[in-house]
Amino acid sequence: MTRYVMTIDLRRCVGCQTCTAACKGANATPPGIQWRRVLDIESGEFPDVKRTFLPVACMHCANPPCEEVCPTQATTKRADGLVVIDYDLCIGCANCVMACPYDARSIVHEPHYAYNDTAMASEAKRFDPSRIGVSMKCTFCKDRIDYAAVSGMIPGVDHEVTPACVNSCISGAMGFGDIEDPESGVSRLLAETQHFRMHEELGTEPGVYYIWDKS
Amino acid sequence: MKLSTLRAAELAAPKQQRNWDWRAATNFICGGAGGGLLFCAAFAGLGPVAMQAAVLLGLVLIGCGLTCVWFEIGRPWRALNVYRHIATSWMTREAIVALLVFAAGGLTLLTNQAALLLLAGGLGLGFLYSQARILAANKGIPAWRHPRSIPLMVATGLAEGAGFLACVMSLASGGAGFAVLTGLIVLIGVRAFLWKAYLDALVADGAPDGTLKVLNGMAPRLLLVGHILPALAVMAAMAGMPGRAALAFAAGILAVAGGWFLKFTLVRRAAYTQGLAVPRIPVRGKGTAGAGAKPGWKPV
Repeated sequence: MTRYVMTIDLRRCVGCQTCTAACKGANATPPGIQWRRVLDIESGEFPDVKRTFLPVACMHCANPPCEEVCPTQATTKRADGLVVIDYDLCIGCANCVMACPYDARSIVHEPHYAYNDTAMASEAKRFDPSRIGVSMKCTFCKDRIDYAAVSGMIPGVDHEVTPACVNSCISGAMGFGDIEDPESGVSRLLAETQHFRMHEELGTEPGVYYIWDKS
Repeated sequence: MKLSTLRAAELAAPKQQRNWDWRAATNFICGGAGGGLLFCAAFAGLGPVAMQAAVLLGLVLIGCGLTCVWFEIGRPWRALNVYRHIATSWMTREAIVALLVFAAGGLTLLTNQAALLLLAGGLGLGFLYSQARILAANKGIPAWRHPRSIPLMVATGLAEGAGFLACVMSLASGGAGFAVLTGLIVLIGVRAFLWKAYLDALVADGAPDGTLKVLNGMAPRLLLVGHILPALAVMAAMAGMPGRAALAFAAGILAVAGGWFLKFTLVRRAAYTQGLAVPRIPVRGKGTAGAGAKPGWKPV
């Protein structure tokens, strides 16, 4: 079995938002919608104050609450662990948006463009009407993952079949691969570091691992 | 601090949900009351006129709620896809139960058969329960996913149903009987108890600050309008004070108003998202790891 996961080394992330921009470029999300974001969290009290950059998106949970509540089966979990949405089935009821504890989903009810109501040529070319009025979120760049299956390339190793955010990360904070393969980069990295998954207490079993220290 | 930093920091904290607006809230408000009314009517021993009025009102309430939510969804012309996931989705189950409620309720209106009313009442309770489970299945909203929200939503739906029944009987059969008034005051008491238990558990188990602020802020008004005043009106009616029918009607309206106030607040104003958190602050350079951060939550 294959289970694709993402690793994010919080020790390395510098909050540059390059992954955010890369995601936007790769997926042509409308203004105001970011499938990937990097949050800036300040904690502690003066003078012991810490700042953490936290990249977040869909966690591609092994036990996705969005899939459970979806009344249309538009949201499904694939055999390789990716949680995907069929835009042709979704009715835009937003139940999945409420069920997701990671603020990962959004619905756009009307087309929005960067400058007023008129799309720029680049926006018009990539506008996808099937994404209006339905739920959408990070797909782990599933087209690339699907291409891996036919090309024989390895996600997380070969850039052509690796999510755009991972490819773009300037500090090497993000990793991607098959956690079921003990020789994969993510498996080896997780074996030698301490990490957590967000909101694990909710039983969602997220597929994104945040590294915070060495073993 | 730069504006971008402020905005990024705010993004981690729980936010009031904005995807389910008044239209979705109306489904819970009207649909729950309609289901509760059908259930209460099934056991009230109603005469033909009151039975017709109660069943019709129950169906209208449920239909009104579903219509409102139909106007909210992004792709309304695909609404029939809602029936595709009965295995785990309570929204699918609610939609199926709604069809059965309308079938049983419609037949009750046509035939005035008590057995059909009993069936419609049972299905009305099923509809109410489905709505409670829809809310509770949403892990992204701590105020909804708490297990005590389920009995609270069912109890308030039944109290609203009993309230509507008292109103219907006041208008259609010259006043609610002793049994209906007893049922109404018991359900108001049960709702008050479950509301308190829910709020206490939410505080004890932890919830976003915004949720607790909203719910604690509305608690005194709910206690007065939704519990004390209707209970006093019911007691006055039961004690045989003049204007018994008017007192029962007022008690019913207040019980309904309190429940609708509770549900609107829960679905719209108190519905803060989980927010994002780091259980451990990462090591940076030669520094050490730190305790986690959960913006917008008080430590439990």
